[in-house]
Amino acid sequence: MSAISVYIARHLQVMLSTLGQLVRDPMSNMMTIAVMGIALALPTGLHVMLQNVQNVTAQWDGAAQISLFLKQSVTDRQADQLARLIEQRQDVKSVTRITRAEALEEFRLHSGFGDALESLEGNPFPPVIVVFPTEESDNLLTVQTMLGDFRNKPEIELAQLDMQWLKRLYAIMDFGRRGIWVLAVLLSISVLLVVGNTIRLAIQNRREEIEVIKLIGGTDAFIRRPFLYTGFWYGLTGGMLSWLLVTLSIWLLSGPVNDLATLYDSNYSLTSLDSLQSLILLCLSVSLGLAGSWLAVSRHLSAIEPK
Amino acid sequence: MIEFHNVSKRYPGTADALSQVSFKLESGEMAFLTGHSGAGKSTLLKLIAVLIRPTNGQVLVNNENIGHIHRRRIPYVRRHVGIIFQDHKLLFDRTVFDNVALPLVIAGVPHQEIGRRVRASLDKVGLLNKEKALPVTLSGGQQQRVGIARAVVNKPPILLADEPTGNLDPELSCEIMDLFSQFQQVGVTVLIASHDLDLIGRMGNRVLTLKDGRMIAGGMHNEPQGFM
Repeated sequence: MSAISVYIARHLQVMLSTLGQLVRDPMSNMMTIAVMGIALALPTGLHVMLQNVQNVTAQWDGAAQISLFLKQSVTDRQADQLARLIEQRQDVKSVTRITRAEALEEFRLHSGFGDALESLEGNPFPPVIVVFPTEESDNLLTVQTMLGDFRNKPEIELAQLDMQWLKRLYAIMDFGRRGIWVLAVLLSISVLLVVGNTIRLAIQNRREEIEVIKLIGGTDAFIRRPFLYTGFWYGLTGGMLSWLLVTLSIWLLSGPVNDLATLYDSNYSLTSLDSLQSLILLCLSVSLGLAGSWLAVSRHLSAIEPK
Repeated sequence: MIEFHNVSKRYPGTADALSQVSFKLESGEMAFLTGHSGAGKSTLLKLIAVLIRPTNGQVLVNNENIGHIHRRRIPYVRRHVGIIFQDHKLLFDRTVFDNVALPLVIAGVPHQEIGRRVRASLDKVGLLNKEKALPVTLSGGQQQRVGIARAVVNKPPILLADEPTGNLDPELSCEIMDLFSQFQQVGVTVLIASHDLDLIGRMGNRVLTLKDGRMIAGGMHNEPQGFM
């Protein structure tokens, strides 16, 4: 056998024997793995939720529209004239007219309060002009200027930018994203420390063995190896557990979300982690496991010297 | 094989544990190291195994000055030195076979080779039938022989033993010493620290005597600070 195949065989042997140790002592190892899994599932899960919110709102992206509610006194003909006038503007792509009668009809059909209308005298709805800005002018500054123009027109009671709530939502989501990052960093550090501490205890439990191995010529790399592999297994199993937790949570939520989507006439459904994200999660978790054990090993192994 | 030139060792805050010790052991020589407790026997052995470093002087093992070798080199020096401890230093959660195999595993010996050499080593100390036993189930003498099997399994050119018969009755002690003689006969350099003067006398090997850290007998004659 060549030196390289001996080297690989030794690594494989240590890899399997450390896995065997984890399996033989499931209780105490499960604790560490569970802590890792939950700690990683939290930011991952939040990230997935945020991603879903983003998916919901993506279809409205860049679709600013201004609703102009005209005064009750404005007649349909005057409204038509105004609509044509607005449509000629450079920054307007198109306009849609909703007459008072149309507004009433739509409300009767969709609101479920149709009966209530019967008791009212006349039509309470104002005529509405919906203005869609051109793509070039679809930014907050231009739209604000347009809004100002419209508000100055005497026929217009109220000019409302329907995108504002979306912008606010985006701002909230940005905030949420930042929050998730902070949370992810903090929880990653705690995972690092949990693994480090577990490995530190393992080192202390095997103090005698480490001493004997050093006495009979074991190199630092030889002594380090099983602990690093233990960290690797903690990372891998912890990552798998967190993936499972996130996937399970999404599955549990998908039923209610589908029901909710149906109520909104949408066929939206929750997405979970895709394969790339799952891979990133596992890699991250394995790196944390390795880094944590490296931390413990480099700090505590050199302290054990045979006397 | 082992050379000490004016070696002194001082632990911080104490008198010299060893002072100006010089001696030379030829390859394949067997010698006893004796002296009252605290005379520096263990310190001398620890210097050869690079468990400690000399304060002054040169320690040569196989013509290499090991007093100042790099930390990373130490394991490779220790692989050439089989050490037998009074308290055996066996791993009690592993079988006799696994204990003896440890130096081979560390050295990266292929799997098939390990089985063959471990059994040969256990056969040598007469414990071939105990390979699957755990060390706790063995008697003190048997545990000591497992320790010897582990020390020689890698065929090191040097064998050190620190009070190997300290806890054994005279008959067992003789058996252990016979084993050491057998290793010497196949060319291993053997140095045994012991204060069992009766036993040492009967063996008739060279005796190095330490007293208060100085070598008062058996050392080198030609060194200026040497003692007779």
